[in-house]
Amino acid sequence: MSRIGVFTCWCGENIARTVDVDEVAKQIGELPGVVCSLNYKYMCSDPGQSIVREKIASEHLDGIVVASCSPHMHLKTFRKAAQTAGLNPYLVEMANVREHCSWVHHDRGAATHKAIDIIRMSVQKVRNDRALAPISVPVTRRAMVIGGGVAGIQAALDIADAGYEVVMVEREPAIGGKMAGLSETFPTLDCSQCILTPRMVEVGQHPRIKLYSYSEVEAVEGFIGNFKVKIRQKPRYVDMSKCTGCGDCWNSCPIKKNPSEFDYGMGNRPAIYIPFPQAVPARPVIDKINCTRLKRGKGCEICAKKCKAGAIDFNDQEKFVEESVGAVVVATGYTLYSISKEQDKKSLSGYGEYGYGKYKDVIDSLQFERLVSASGPTGGVLKRPSDGAIPKNVVFIACVGSRDNAKGVAYCSKICCMYTAKHTMLYKHKVHDGQAHVFYMDIRSGGKGYDEFVRRAIEQDGANYYRGRVSKITQENGKLMVRGADTLSGMPITVEADLVVLASAMRPSPGIEELAQKLNVGYDEHGFLLESHPKLRPVETNTAGIYIAGAVHAPKDIPESVAQASAAASKVQITLAADHLLREPEIAGVSEQTCAACYTCVRACAYHAIDRAEVRTGRGVFIKHTARVNPGLCMGCGTCVSVCPSKSIELQGFTEQQIYAMVESMA
Amino acid sequence: MNIGYYPGCALHGSSNDYDQSLKACLGALGVSLQEVKDWICCGATAAHSLNHKLALALPARNLALAERDGFKEVFAPCPLCSMQLLKVRQAVADNSVRQELSQIVEAELRGDAEVLNLIQLFENIGGDRLKTAVKQPLESMTAACYYGCLLLRPPGVVKFDDFEQPKSMETLLAALGAKTVEWSYKTECCGAGMTMASEDTVLELACKILSNAVEHGANCVVVACPMCHVNLDMKQAAVERKYGKKLDLMVYYLSDVVGLALGLSGEQLGIDRHFVTPAPTSAKTAVGENSGPSTAASAAKAVAGGPGSEH
Repeated sequence: MSRIGVFTCWCGENIARTVDVDEVAKQIGELPGVVCSLNYKYMCSDPGQSIVREKIASEHLDGIVVASCSPHMHLKTFRKAAQTAGLNPYLVEMANVREHCSWVHHDRGAATHKAIDIIRMSVQKVRNDRALAPISVPVTRRAMVIGGGVAGIQAALDIADAGYEVVMVEREPAIGGKMAGLSETFPTLDCSQCILTPRMVEVGQHPRIKLYSYSEVEAVEGFIGNFKVKIRQKPRYVDMSKCTGCGDCWNSCPIKKNPSEFDYGMGNRPAIYIPFPQAVPARPVIDKINCTRLKRGKGCEICAKKCKAGAIDFNDQEKFVEESVGAVVVATGYTLYSISKEQDKKSLSGYGEYGYGKYKDVIDSLQFERLVSASGPTGGVLKRPSDGAIPKNVVFIACVGSRDNAKGVAYCSKICCMYTAKHTMLYKHKVHDGQAHVFYMDIRSGGKGYDEFVRRAIEQDGANYYRGRVSKITQENGKLMVRGADTLSGMPITVEADLVVLASAMRPSPGIEELAQKLNVGYDEHGFLLESHPKLRPVETNTAGIYIAGAVHAPKDIPESVAQASAAASKVQITLAADHLLREPEIAGVSEQTCAACYTCVRACAYHAIDRAEVRTGRGVFIKHTARVNPGLCMGCGTCVSVCPSKSIELQGFTEQQIYAMVESMA
Repeated sequence: MNIGYYPGCALHGSSNDYDQSLKACLGALGVSLQEVKDWICCGATAAHSLNHKLALALPARNLALAERDGFKEVFAPCPLCSMQLLKVRQAVADNSVRQELSQIVEAELRGDAEVLNLIQLFENIGGDRLKTAVKQPLESMTAACYYGCLLLRPPGVVKFDDFEQPKSMETLLAALGAKTVEWSYKTECCGAGMTMASEDTVLELACKILSNAVEHGANCVVVACPMCHVNLDMKQAAVERKYGKKLDLMVYYLSDVVGLALGLSGEQLGIDRHFVTPAPTSAKTAVGENSGPSTAASAAKAVAGGPGSEH
């Protein structure tokens, strides 16, 4: 015979206003197995919890129901209280008579009746509860950071400085990401490289950071605390252990005119190259598409002849390595919407009217960054691509692809208003007699010192801002005729420009969907990774142990990316803090005797938490196949329970027996 | 090739020179056009501003008639007509719409006949076949290919060429030995239906288009739309008067220039019935790459009048 205690909360007036709590306590007290039923104004308060603890002890309760708010709110509170009083915390149930009852009804009589029904079901549930113990999972106390841009760098350094080992995987030959290529940053106009390169060097030299550059994540297995990541190292054709980064190879390479990826095609690089002089690691890579030796299989080899260290290896192959980590931070960043091009998604269709790709002097914002960067292909002198002339009129077009359901993406790319204002300033500071023109939809400059910055661009540096869109760009006598609307004056306008800069939308890096699938984390229709909760769990994903930082989550500027990276790093440190993790025991379990090994559950599980396993005797003799739940991965959603044809899976704390008892109590 | 011909109202009326040009040119290429029997108005710009169903039903009837006559392809030389037919084709992907339209137009509408505009018709004939048929390469022609609005738009309906930076007409003209210019107003609006309602608008737009063609060194404009021709050719004198400039820019239908290259005469193609016609006095002075407005007309004359004089 069970001894159940039921504690009905008034929640001030929240519940008591519509539910007759005295009547509830009276009627519930008459249920079989209920030995104590009372109500109190604030059950979650200290005195309220004391009542619960005292009654557990004095009445020798073997299960309690707290009839109050949602379990999301206070289940943990009351489980803790029960535990202090010596009751197993999994013998505590919450009956939600606030969100599910008092808040949504007006009729006091009916609401009271419903509250009693809800509590009666919970009493039946708790009578069938079993004492459970948290699951202990061992933890590999090192982390992986995927992506070596500013977010990845920040996360890696934070975790490593806290004392844990970090494995960083970067797809490009060097870390630094988009920020390494920026000129100056808003709203302070400090030099991007000056603030980033010391951090890059720190990563490169950190005793606890292992850097895999020019590498990609091939496969991910395991679960929180126990991930196994297979990394594919792309052939670099340079032996990193021998190379000293002296530069003899890239200075002697005869194939010099290859468009530089780092300069977004605004400058050239040799076939063997480091992306930029401050690159970390400062080790070159051979571009096998353009290298004469790699293209033909023979000839040239000038770099190999010049290399005193003998580091050039034309037979280099891709290599696979495996790393074990306990947590992963995904910080793969963004790419720009490709204007005027065939789009990978049908819904995106171009902006051919701006002539990007047709007119050399129509460029995107990252290309402009390189043209005004002191480390850029023009040494910081703004020369337009077509003829190297200094542009006297520059048009900046905001929202190219952003906030455009017809031709682009629905969302706002968030940072373009700010960097466009910055571009007009950088331009004015370099070309004093030049005029910047901006076509915008709205100016969105929320942020510390942000709106003041935009006003400065307009008021001090004299940028002309036109609220309106550009319909077409054509070329007349070497000038770009930018035809658009000024919706504030209501007039069509044409600006004769020497250079046009398109602030195109930010999209997640190519390949993000594949990576998300490998990691088993969610992503939205645009490919941005999904956070677990938009407000309260912004850096967690729905897969335990995998965290996100930076523009892989949504368009973000540098300060936000860095803040999020530090947040993700602190979550990683929590995960890695102990050598064992405790997980909630309310997970699925397979009855291996009755399992028919149809594996319907394996296919249904969204978390890849069920394995195909074998039942063997103590001597290892094979008996049968079975499904087996991985307690480290199971999230306790119950999908497998509902699909199992032989009813061989049970969810602890939500057994079928419990649910039937609850349903029967309603009859 | 057995192609259903849907001339639309323009080619039977104000633009019957276009009709003449098509028949002469395509006849020379051995393509016979059979007019869809009993065709009706496509609804033009009037129907869709009044009633969505009417705007679909009018072209639906024409498509259904073409299908009834067993045509696998319907050629509509007016881009507005062909766009309307394509709209129907798109709408009948929904079977309930198809059935409803069939009922309204009292004819079984399948919506599987291909709809061709003039450029597509020549593309189907093939650049190579055109090249071998050329008797009179258009060496002195430097054309500004003008697509106007509806040949390419709405892109989701017509799905033809790059609607911002088209190239198809230029490719055809290259096969005929003509030079083309890269200019800025290829896909701008000519004013089209405003020709009666607001002449000033048309004149302003036509002036911009014609002037830009001249500035980029073109000695003629090539169009594939009856309305474009009306606004650039018929209205050219009014443009010249209003803006005080001399343009003298020949405006050809695409079928005119193909016909000329095939050795047909200006009279056969109906070019002599255009408003801007080659000035006889400048016939012999047709020279120069960077021809200004006056020589542009002369060069056009050399093309238009030259082969004609042989007949």
